[in-house]
Amino acid sequence: MFNLVKVVAQRIALGLLTLFIVSIFIAFVVELLPGDITQAILGQSATPETVAAFRAELGIDRPAPERYFEWLKGMLTGDMGKSLANKREISELVGRRLSNTLFLGGFAAAIAVPLSLILGVLAALYRNSWFDRSVNSFTLTSISFPEFFVAYILILFLSVKAGWFPGISNISKDLPLGDRLFRSLLPAATLTLVVVAHMMRMTRAAIINLLSSPYIEMAQLKGVRPIRVILYHALPNAWGPVVNVIALNLAYLVVGVVVVEVVFVYPGLGQLLVDSVSKRDVPVVQACSMIFAGVYILLNLFADIISVVTNPRLLHPR
Amino acid sequence: MYKQQKLELDRLQDNVSTGRMSRREFLSRLSAMGLGAMAPALYSQSSFAAPQKGGRLRVGIGHGSTTDMLDPATYENGYMLFYNMAQNNHMFETNDKGKLVPELVESYDVDDSAKTWIFNLRKGVEFHNGKSLDSDDVIASFQHHRGETKSPVKGLLEQITSIRKDGKHQVIFELNAGNADFPYIAGDYHIAILPSKDGKIAANDGIGTGPYMGKDFDPGVRSLLTRNPNYWKEGHGHFDEMEFLSIIDPMARTNALTTGEVDLIDRVETKTAHLLGRKPGIILDETTGYAHYTFPMLLDVPPFDDNNVRLALKWALPRQEMVEKVLYGHGAIGNDIPISTVNTYHNSELEQHQYDPDKAKFYANKAGGVKVPLHVAEAGFPGSVDAAVLYQEKAAAIGIEIDVIREPNDGYWSNVWIKKPWCACYWGGRPTEDWMFTITHASGGSWNDTHFSNERFDDLLVTARAETDTNKRREMYYEMQAIVHGEGGTVVPMFNNYLFARSDKVQHGTMAGNWDVDGYKMERWWFA
Repeated sequence: MFNLVKVVAQRIALGLLTLFIVSIFIAFVVELLPGDITQAILGQSATPETVAAFRAELGIDRPAPERYFEWLKGMLTGDMGKSLANKREISELVGRRLSNTLFLGGFAAAIAVPLSLILGVLAALYRNSWFDRSVNSFTLTSISFPEFFVAYILILFLSVKAGWFPGISNISKDLPLGDRLFRSLLPAATLTLVVVAHMMRMTRAAIINLLSSPYIEMAQLKGVRPIRVILYHALPNAWGPVVNVIALNLAYLVVGVVVVEVVFVYPGLGQLLVDSVSKRDVPVVQACSMIFAGVYILLNLFADIISVVTNPRLLHPR
Repeated sequence: MYKQQKLELDRLQDNVSTGRMSRREFLSRLSAMGLGAMAPALYSQSSFAAPQKGGRLRVGIGHGSTTDMLDPATYENGYMLFYNMAQNNHMFETNDKGKLVPELVESYDVDDSAKTWIFNLRKGVEFHNGKSLDSDDVIASFQHHRGETKSPVKGLLEQITSIRKDGKHQVIFELNAGNADFPYIAGDYHIAILPSKDGKIAANDGIGTGPYMGKDFDPGVRSLLTRNPNYWKEGHGHFDEMEFLSIIDPMARTNALTTGEVDLIDRVETKTAHLLGRKPGIILDETTGYAHYTFPMLLDVPPFDDNNVRLALKWALPRQEMVEKVLYGHGAIGNDIPISTVNTYHNSELEQHQYDPDKAKFYANKAGGVKVPLHVAEAGFPGSVDAAVLYQEKAAAIGIEIDVIREPNDGYWSNVWIKKPWCACYWGGRPTEDWMFTITHASGGSWNDTHFSNERFDDLLVTARAETDTNKRREMYYEMQAIVHGEGGTVVPMFNNYLFARSDKVQHGTMAGNWDVDGYKMERWWFA
């Protein structure tokens, strides 16, 4: 147990270091982009006088390192600062979007993860059968299509033609939970179709890989039913690789869904990030990047812990 | 029908559609005119069904960004224009017939030199918070865009030397030179009249005098406004509530309309407009305004400094084809001047530049051959990349080489426009020739995207601005347009119509074309 705590502590420390490096990198890259927020906001209305006035007002006529350190100081004290574009508190701006994104990601995960695990187990159970092959080809096809294509197909059949679901997810903050779930169903379904393949196939592969081990052969010789062999003997050892893949996909559900957000007009963090990058609103971009990086790091940490708990040998790498 | 009868009929129909005349009166007037038999048909044509109150209008808008603010000095996209026209009033507005009429101004006076303008404000107008409108509010609203400001109309208002009040309902403007079109300037959409305190307006509070009061504003996502029960303008503001959704993706926007998630969308894609219009329950609307697309050349960068090159390119442009292939017919060809046929002093006597291989070759030979780059991106105007490729093909057939370079959308306005020698641009256009020319062709203007500088043109511009005799003005604007037509660096291939679509439950009367969607004045629309 102590070893586990040590590993976790190490990981968290490394995670913080990663966040720090990511912040510098993002600040650097956004600085390299041509133009800045004043030109982006004023657009065609940007005359040299208005640009200069705006720059001075925002304080971005100061050198980049100075601004970066000020931001870093703020972050360390928990103050994410204000958006350059509209002076709103970033914590409030990002907070609402983040909760929307987490809601959608959580909804999609709640459908996708159990579905992938069940399908993976069944595919392993009935491997090489007609069922296995059809599940594989269907999920591989759905993951190969671009997300917006899957989204448009779902909208076309389930919304425009059948009229069962709304074509856009018009979410507002005081919507009751039931309505929210109903309006987020199509985007969640799209995301599910996109992530199921990876998790399902990994589950299937990990289990099938273990099925050739001697202890499984022993269980089979004992006369244990195939489903029990898989669920009680193979699956517990397969968690390592499976949970890593699940973590990766969960991170994607939070971080990589901007396309789905645009198509369904879902007010999530991805759209905010894209808007902020094109407006060069550096504090918001950095705040979002920190959140995304943090999500990846936390989920990876979680996956590692599970792997270690299910396979204690990993605590002592040789 | 005789012309007199037609004019009278127009007047009667106008009265009926605004509710000022009843059916009985209309029929009796028509019988007196001898048109009794056509009366029922003419009545239903003009009645547009009297406006009814109620309902929540949901609009899917193809603009909007998380960086939008309620501050009028930052309004620069269609989403905020919807919001602007709902929450605020201005000194002057464009009515449903496309004419500039007083809004918060009740009456006005101007001296002979067109330098001093006296505006008398409407009395009894209240802001959403109950405060009464007075001269201080108007002055503060103007000052917000003058001096140290990032407002895009700062340059426009530099002609004002002083603003002072005379009592609570009179504001006097002194200009540095005569400007017969000053009401248009005073009515610019940026200059929303907001409540003031100690000479400063509450720019971000969301309080105005308009037909709707802001209830919720989530920039780039959704806004909700409720009807102002205290609105001073009779017969305007019919919806109970309005919900503005920002739906940038055109497919999502179209779907939102066809599935009934929204009642009105703007920026209908020209490519799919006819399909959308065919759907049952959807009506496609089109208005013609001053909006146009251009290909501006920098006149101080060779080879564009040679007028032969410019003329060769103007005669090598397949205008009609471009309107058909890029606008899908939803527009009209341009004549290389930024003045629309809808503008008062449009010079229709100028020779229409067309696709003429002989003339183009003639000028190309005089120039010693034409080989030029054209930088485009979708951000320049929708369809500009296709238009550029079409231009390239047709010019190549004459021996003129155009090298089409695709630029990224991101940063287009910082890096390409007025930086690269030849690119694409779009304009909303302006209601007056003076305004349009001042922005685009006056020497040294910051939006003068061709670096055009012509002494005679500048002289005429200033003289025409102060001239109140319409005939003399017309002559001057005609000459200015001829100069730009013959020597200017702007290629204006087409004037685009505004295309928007609504569910058939949404109704409107006649519409203005000054901006998209009836000038964004949703107060004129209602649910059937």
